[in-house]
Amino acid sequence: MTDGIGRPTVAVWKFASCDGCQLSLLSAEDELLAIAGEIEIAYFLEATREVKDGPYDLSLVEGSITTAEDAERIRHVRDISTTLITIGACATAGGIQALRNFGDVEDFRSLVYARPEYIDTLADSTAIAEHVPVDLELRGCPIETGQLVEVINAILAGRKPVTPTHSVCVECKLRGNLCVAVAHGTPCLGPVTQAGCNARCPSVDRGCYGCFGPAESPNTASLAGWMEERFALEHPDLVRLFRTFNADAPAFRRESRRHEPEEVTT
Amino acid sequence: MSHRHDRTISVEALARVEGEGAMHVEVADGRVEQVQLRIYEPPRFFEAMLRGRSYLEPPDITARICGICPVAYQLSAINALESVCGVGTPDGVPLPDGIRQLRRLLYCAEWIESHVLHIFLLHAPDFLGYQGAIEMAADHRELVETALRLRKAGNQLLEVVGGRAIHPINIRLGGFYRAPTRAELEAMVPELEWAREAAMEATRLVAGFDFPELEQTHTFAALRPELDRLPPGATGYPLEGGRLVTTTGLDVPIEAWPEHFHEEHVAHSTALHGRMKGGGTYLVGPAARFNLNADRLPEAIATLAEEVGCAQAVTNPFRSIVVRAIETAYAFDEALRLIAAYERPERPAVPVEPAAGTGHGATEAPRGILYHRYTLDDAGVITDAVIVPPTSQNQPAIEEDLLDFVQAHLDLDDDALQWQCEQAIRNYDPCISCSTHFLDLTVHRR
Repeated sequence: MTDGIGRPTVAVWKFASCDGCQLSLLSAEDELLAIAGEIEIAYFLEATREVKDGPYDLSLVEGSITTAEDAERIRHVRDISTTLITIGACATAGGIQALRNFGDVEDFRSLVYARPEYIDTLADSTAIAEHVPVDLELRGCPIETGQLVEVINAILAGRKPVTPTHSVCVECKLRGNLCVAVAHGTPCLGPVTQAGCNARCPSVDRGCYGCFGPAESPNTASLAGWMEERFALEHPDLVRLFRTFNADAPAFRRESRRHEPEEVTT
Repeated sequence: MSHRHDRTISVEALARVEGEGAMHVEVADGRVEQVQLRIYEPPRFFEAMLRGRSYLEPPDITARICGICPVAYQLSAINALESVCGVGTPDGVPLPDGIRQLRRLLYCAEWIESHVLHIFLLHAPDFLGYQGAIEMAADHRELVETALRLRKAGNQLLEVVGGRAIHPINIRLGGFYRAPTRAELEAMVPELEWAREAAMEATRLVAGFDFPELEQTHTFAALRPELDRLPPGATGYPLEGGRLVTTTGLDVPIEAWPEHFHEEHVAHSTALHGRMKGGGTYLVGPAARFNLNADRLPEAIATLAEEVGCAQAVTNPFRSIVVRAIETAYAFDEALRLIAAYERPERPAVPVEPAAGTGHGATEAPRGILYHRYTLDDAGVITDAVIVPPTSQNQPAIEEDLLDFVQAHLDLDDDALQWQCEQAIRNYDPCISCSTHFLDLTVHRR
C-alpha cells in the first residue's frame, strides 16, 4: 500500500531469468533518482536489502516458472499485489529456457548435472500468465528501459500506458531503413514481431530475431513460406528461427512445430 | 539467543547480488563447522539447449545467461567457435585490426557497466552503512549521480558498438553486422575523458573505506594476453582473451583448460563447484587479474594503483572493490586508446564457414574467467557444449573465506554478523544468474 506520504509501493520479483529486465530499471540513469522519489521501492533485492512487508501497489515480475516452489510463490505475489506487470520474454512467454518444452527435461537434467537427483525442476518453463492473472505484459529480451519508464509514469498518472502492438516493419519504415529481407536477402522476423525496440537489428543490417515476440495477428505461415522459397531456407533453419527467446509464445510455437520432422512431432 | 557458542545464522535471500542465493552457517562450541552458499537459482539447462543448434547461434543464446555480462558470454562463445572454424587462429583466416579493436572496446564498455553497478549501487552501501543505493542517495546524492553518469557512459558505448546495452545485437561470429564509423566513436570521447578522471577520483574515494581484516591464501587464476596478438592501440591487461595463468606457475593455452580444472556437483547448489585438478580451490576475478597482470597496466593507472595502496598483491577480499575501481579507470583509459587507434574495417565481418571439431574459448568477464567449449559436426551443428562461469569457480573459495571470516567475528550478534557476511559475499560480485548451473543466510549456533 502507499507509504506514509502517499507514494505507491513497488516490488520487483525474480523467477527463472538472467536479471537483465530488472537491470533495465537500474539502467534508467537519467530517470532513476526521479522515479525513486515518486515511488516507494518496497522490495527489490537486486538493489536493496531493505524489505518492507506487502501488500504492494505494483509488482514487476521478471522470469518464468520452472519449479513447483516458484509456481507457489507467484500465487503469493499475485495475492499481495494490486497491479501485476510481467517484464520481459521469460515472464511473458517462458523465455529461452522454454526450449526444454520441446524436448525431454530428464535428458536436459542429466546432460548438465552429474547428480540429477539434486535438481528440482518442472518439465516446462511457463509464462506467469499461465499461473495467475496478469494486468499488463511488457515484451522484450530484454525489455526496453523507455517502455518501463512509460509504464511507471502511466501508473503514477492513472492512465493506460502507450506500448505498440504493431510489427517491427512499421518501425523500420519510420526510421527509413532499407528492408534487409527484400534488399539483402536476409531472413527477418520483423513482419511478425511486435515493435518496441525501434528496429534495432535491421538498423545494423541484421534480420530481426524476434526479441519482442509475436505482433498482433501475425501471419507466420506466410512469412515462413516466403522465406523458404526466396532464401532457400530448410525446415531446421525455420524451426531455429522461430524457436529462440519467445519459442513458447503460441504463434511462434505453432510455426516452429509446423517445420519439425514428422517423427519428432508429439 | 543462547550464545555465541552454538548458533545457526541463516540469510534466506541475499540482496544486492545478481540472482538468487542463500547462506547457511553452523556453529558448535564456538567453532564454525560449516559454511554453505546455497544457489537456488532455478536451473535453465543452457548446455543442453545448445545441442542441435547452429554454430552461429551461441553468441545470442548464451548472452541470455546473464543480463549483467552478456558480452562476456558472446565473446567467450565466439573465441571457442572461431577456433573450431579456423578464424583468428595463427594459421587461419585473419581478423582485421578494426574488428579486434571493436571487440576489446565492447568488452571495456561491459566492464564499466558491470563494475560501476557493483561498486556503487551494490557494494558501497555496505561500507557506508546503507541498506541500498537509493537510501544512500539521500545522503550521498553526488556520489550516486556520478556513478549513474559513469554507468551511462559505459551503456552508451555498448549501444554504439553493440547496438544494445543489455544483450547486444550487433556482434556475430567473424565480427559485427555493422562497424561503427570513426566519427560515431569519436563523439563519445569528451564524455569518456570526463569519465576516466571521475573514475580515478572515485577510486581514491573507495580506497578510503574501512576494510575488515581477512587474508586469503588461495591460488589465483586469470588470463594473460600475448602482447603480439593485441589489436593496435591496446595495452596488455586481460579482457577478451589470453593464456591461462595462475599464481602457482601454470601458463598454458586455453585449450589446456580441461587438463587443469573440473567442476563438481554438490547437493546444496544448482551451481557446479570449480576445483583445480589435484584438489584445491582457486579464485578468479579482479584480484586474480590484478595480482597476475598488474605489470600490464599503463603508467597512469599503475600510478593510481600504487597511490591507493595496491602496490603489492591484493589478498584481502574486502579490497577487491578497490581493484574493481582501478579496473574501471583502466577500462575508460583503454577505450580512449582503442578509439584513437581505430581503423574502421572495410567489411564488418569475415566469413566463418562451419567445420567439425572441438574449440575452447575464454574471456575475463567482470567477475573472472568465463570458459566455453563447443563440439561441432561438419554441418556446424552443436553436438556438445560446456560453459564454466566465474561464480561457480569461486564458490568453494568463497565458502572457505567465509568460514575464516565468521570464525573471527563470532562476537557479533546475529544481525551484525549476517550483514557482514553478506558484505563479504559481495566482495566476489557473485553472479548467481550466471551460475546457471546464490543468498539467504542461515547461521546455526548449537
